[in-house]
Amino acid sequence: MAISFSVNGSPASLDLPPDTPLLWALRDGLNLTGTKFGCGVAACGACTVHVDGVAVRSCQTALGDVAGAEVTTIEGLGAPAALHAVQAAWVDHQVAQCGYCQSGQIMQAAALLAENPAPSLAQIDEAMSGNLCRCGTYPRIRAAVQDAARRLREV
Amino acid sequence: MSRIGTIARRTFLIGSAAIAGGVAFGTWRYLKPYANPLAADNAGAITPYVLIDATGVTIVTPRAEMGQGIQSTLAALVAEELDLPWDQVRVMHGPPAKAYYNAAMFEEAVPFSPTDQSRMANSLRAAMHIPAKFLAVQLTGGSTSIPDGYEKMRAAGAVARAALINAAAARLGVAAASLSTEGGAVVAPDGSRIAYTDLAVDAARADLPDAPPLKPRSEWKLLGRPLPRVDVLAKSTGTARFAGDVRLPGMRFATVRMNPHLGAPMNGFDASTAETMPGVERIIPLPGGVAVVAQTTWHAIQAAEAIRFDWAPAAYPPTSAQMRDQIAASFTKERLDATPRDDGDVTAVTGELWQAEYHVPHLAHATMEPMQAAAILKDGKLTLWVGTQAPGLAQQFAAAAAGLETADVEVHTTVMGGGFGRRAEVDASVYAAQVARAMEGTPVLVTWSREEDMSHDMFRPMATGRVTASLSGGRINSFDLATCSPSIMETLSERANLPLAGPDSTISQGAWEQPYGFAHYRVAAYRAPKTVPLGFWRSVGASVNGFFHDCAVDELAHLAGADPLEFRLSQMTHDPSRKVLEAVAEMSSWGTPRPGKALGVAFCLSFGVPTAEVIEVEQGTDGIRLTGAWAAVDVGVALDPANIEAQVTGAMVFGLSAAIRGQITFADGQVQEQNFYDYEPLRLYQCPDIQVRVLESGGPIRGIGEPGTPPAAPALANALFALTGTRVRELPLAKTFTFA
Repeated sequence: MAISFSVNGSPASLDLPPDTPLLWALRDGLNLTGTKFGCGVAACGACTVHVDGVAVRSCQTALGDVAGAEVTTIEGLGAPAALHAVQAAWVDHQVAQCGYCQSGQIMQAAALLAENPAPSLAQIDEAMSGNLCRCGTYPRIRAAVQDAARRLREV
Repeated sequence: MSRIGTIARRTFLIGSAAIAGGVAFGTWRYLKPYANPLAADNAGAITPYVLIDATGVTIVTPRAEMGQGIQSTLAALVAEELDLPWDQVRVMHGPPAKAYYNAAMFEEAVPFSPTDQSRMANSLRAAMHIPAKFLAVQLTGGSTSIPDGYEKMRAAGAVARAALINAAAARLGVAAASLSTEGGAVVAPDGSRIAYTDLAVDAARADLPDAPPLKPRSEWKLLGRPLPRVDVLAKSTGTARFAGDVRLPGMRFATVRMNPHLGAPMNGFDASTAETMPGVERIIPLPGGVAVVAQTTWHAIQAAEAIRFDWAPAAYPPTSAQMRDQIAASFTKERLDATPRDDGDVTAVTGELWQAEYHVPHLAHATMEPMQAAAILKDGKLTLWVGTQAPGLAQQFAAAAAGLETADVEVHTTVMGGGFGRRAEVDASVYAAQVARAMEGTPVLVTWSREEDMSHDMFRPMATGRVTASLSGGRINSFDLATCSPSIMETLSERANLPLAGPDSTISQGAWEQPYGFAHYRVAAYRAPKTVPLGFWRSVGASVNGFFHDCAVDELAHLAGADPLEFRLSQMTHDPSRKVLEAVAEMSSWGTPRPGKALGVAFCLSFGVPTAEVIEVEQGTDGIRLTGAWAAVDVGVALDPANIEAQVTGAMVFGLSAAIRGQITFADGQVQEQNFYDYEPLRLYQCPDIQVRVLESGGPIRGIGEPGTPPAAPALANALFALTGTRVRELPLAKTFTFA
């Protein structure tokens, strides 16, 4: 039976087993490929999306559990022509290298700032440490999160 | 995906260029250039780096973007000479083509230190371009993209600009010398402008000048300053397309499970459970394993886990301990691979000798994006989408796997979720081709699980270094390093069918070329017997020898009672190397007391780049913390200082990840580490603030993807000694120390 939920403000319905991880429902079911597969065990954060505004690892979130929920992916956070403040900060700080982890980093940072508009450096470190980056963009991630927080407060 | 296929067919046939409205420019340094891959026939005049059609200017970058920002800097080289504004620049990867061979790849294979700029050394380096061209190595690696592209990409821009000016001159009936270029247009004496896009058709007919003069540095507008990366917007919005993001109508999703006893065959398998699992469509036996094709990648991975395998055992010793014993037994005359440095006579040194032995483990690349590739076999043609550092090899091996001629395989090089050397390998391409062949007519995406990726790498070799040294007058009098590992090139040569004979220079890389003036100085490389598949891991041999060599120098400094940084400085023979050490000394306030904290310094010259790093550590209640890091590099000419800073930072983090926790261990012939929980890179909270200074001695231009990695491990080990008094000669350091 199809499972219905909302993705980036649009209704979606997928005929996949309910234990299918949301990650693969998005990527292979809906062709929303901005959300990345890194580890499959919630150890890297590359698959981070928002479910009802909360950052989750979509590789560990069953499709059946998001029935009726609002899912936001990187594609829905902002668009190249209408960037979310976190994305704008990411561009200004030239954070991305290979870029593979950055969808997850950005979704994690956006959720942090939605919950805590003025995080301390320690709070940023804590919130962002579940997201791995093999290119070593961490110093720029720290700077971009702080900058995004300033932008969001000024809006 | 890449527009290259359609462009090549539609636009860049030389005969049809005028009709279709496009032109491609490049330059050639050899009398008989390779065929222009952007032309479907072998017409010679049109060349492969700049494409102009009615929609704009596209720069083809013959090296692959894996995070290092190379597409941006290569494009900037062209755009600078073309007077093309940065916001008008579009880029794409080149197709596999001999024209894109990497001339710099073999330059440092000559038996001269990178610091040796004598006529003899440079003429031999130039001679190495000839085999590089002959082998047509279109490879991204070895920090060579910038040395290779520095002149030829600028020349491509200059040639294109000259052709556009000639076309405008003909159209306007004025002398070419009266025209200038600015903002992507040719500007006439009266100030009127003709956009490049309007001139493309005429330019295709214009004669191409051989070698227009290049701008002096003083006139650079784009080079020498930070530019926004061309890929940063896509990578911040989830719109960058990696190989795994290719979606085609009717696409099926697959994974592979190969023998964890690496290289050994599969005796048999029982897929009776897997076949009945939801979403599973096909199970395909492959040489050495199986592929599972399913409705989603997850269903494929689940089913692969349910297959029971009968694996044949591997040919190599089954445990890491046995592999290490094998290395220990290889410091013999018979296994001496090369002695690339032998100054003075270390064997004649008498008096008190100091000895130490160092060890490093196997390492995995663990790119964030696991191996994956998309493919479709249809009408006798294979189309492959893969993030590859070696598209020519990928094409060749995918063709063989699909039973096709190389020319019947079209490779689209996608951006890569990290490379670090891993994507110079062709295994992901081969499996995708095999699955596509079995699923003829159906597009397939083959994605490895993280566990498959971790356990089926081509690893950074395990190695042991033995140092025998002596001091005299507070200085190093003799320094004799014997370094031993199995040969990367030996395993590569076998699997890639490349004719690589002679000593493997990667065994001693990062040791023999260090710019010290010790009176008696020998570096000997010993080749241990082959074990597991080995590959290029960011900075290759320098990731091993940087640790051995610099830690030994640090130990000798303490033995001499000298300041470790001063000790290095006073024995260096290369001015740019001294300058990077002086720079990190100043940046880190070296010598200033810092209660509860300690500093360690390390130096390594690799890929021609002298690199010095300092790391600060402190003992916290929950373990040791890294509280600061500084790096200084000299790249000769800095094309994009901000990108260089990012590369050095990233390379340092990569090195620290390995130094602290990185190790791949074997038991029962299989890799024990499976995922990021047991092969855990540095996380954000563990990453110190990192300050980078980029120096320019004006020497030969150098690439910077790798040199930041080698000094990271010794700098940390040296800092830990300074903090705790415990000298650790074996990586990873978390085996000895507790880190926060």
